[in-house]
Amino acid sequence: MLNYLWGIMIVIGIVVGVFNGRIDEVSNATLSSSKEAVTLCISMLGIMAMWTGLMEIAKKSGIVSSFTKGLRPIIKFLFPDIPKNHIVNEYIASNMIANILGLGWAATPMGLMAMKELKKLNKDSDLASHDMCTFLIINISSLQLIPVNIIAYRSQYGSANPAEILAAGIVATIFSTFVGVLFSVLARKLSKGDK
Amino acid sequence: MKFLIYISDYIIPFVFFLIITTGLSRKTNVYDDFIEGAKEGFKVVYGILPTLIGLMVAVGVLRASGALDLLSNLIKPVTDFIHFPSELVPVALVKMFSSSAATGLVLDIFKQYGPDSYIGRLVSIMMSCTETIFYTMAVYFMVAGVRKSRYTLLGALVATLSGIVASLLIANILF
Repeated sequence: MLNYLWGIMIVIGIVVGVFNGRIDEVSNATLSSSKEAVTLCISMLGIMAMWTGLMEIAKKSGIVSSFTKGLRPIIKFLFPDIPKNHIVNEYIASNMIANILGLGWAATPMGLMAMKELKKLNKDSDLASHDMCTFLIINISSLQLIPVNIIAYRSQYGSANPAEILAAGIVATIFSTFVGVLFSVLARKLSKGDK
Repeated sequence: MKFLIYISDYIIPFVFFLIITTGLSRKTNVYDDFIEGAKEGFKVVYGILPTLIGLMVAVGVLRASGALDLLSNLIKPVTDFIHFPSELVPVALVKMFSSSAATGLVLDIFKQYGPDSYIGRLVSIMMSCTETIFYTMAVYFMVAGVRKSRYTLLGALVATLSGIVASLLIANILF
């Protein structure tokens, strides 16, 4: 996906640059942008390390696992076809918690494990099960408490108060996830006949 | 609605307070754990550096060539009609395919208009409530060996769109 997207972005940029007579600026942009990416990462190191450090305390003190347990009833409601004590419940819960806490890199492996188990429950069919659809829709609607990256970028580009958008972001993310859940539940009901 | 801005100031300190008091009351070594976890953050940033370089160069080239202005002027009549800043259309579209490419565009917006401008704030809220649709679906369904994804795409699009609409409404009320 990114191979095309990235390639096309650069090709279009160069072609338009030639036509606009701004090829000198394009040339400068390649140099200054790569430098800027490194500067950005250096200032991101602080915020990111602070956050992963805090999350390690949360993990070690059992906060993360108690959150995961707290999700059980919600998962039962969202995924009625999953057997009660199946391991996939754990994977889905861990994936959701990691997403909520902004630990995206920890969420993906858990999400993929969940999909592998759902595949077994789906008897290796090439038609997605309701549980898979629900899991993906909720994943994509992204419930995130603190978008650490965005805060770091805002701070790097001189925001007076990088965190001021947090509550607004939470309201928006809860709304989009709510719509995603509503859609999943309705879609499952409407196609109840076929499994 | 203004209270959403005041609450925002409390969120990070509150998360700190909650996690650290829980850690202390359960007698874990909060400081040692913090240091241990902070090392992990270095690996995360190290991991995204190559992507950021690649995408910031691509977006930088697009910006310098005038292609981004061209695009947003082209779609301006439509986006003005629905009161959506035309500069954010590329972000919303690209975000469906790649989160890191969208990040490149967001950084460009912060650079051009500033993170505290209306557009800067709106894009910050938007980015905190949407995920990559096609990338996530491709990776997850590949693992599951699924080819017919049924209503997943429609559901994901509906959820994403409602997130964008919600961001727009909240940003208009707050800022």
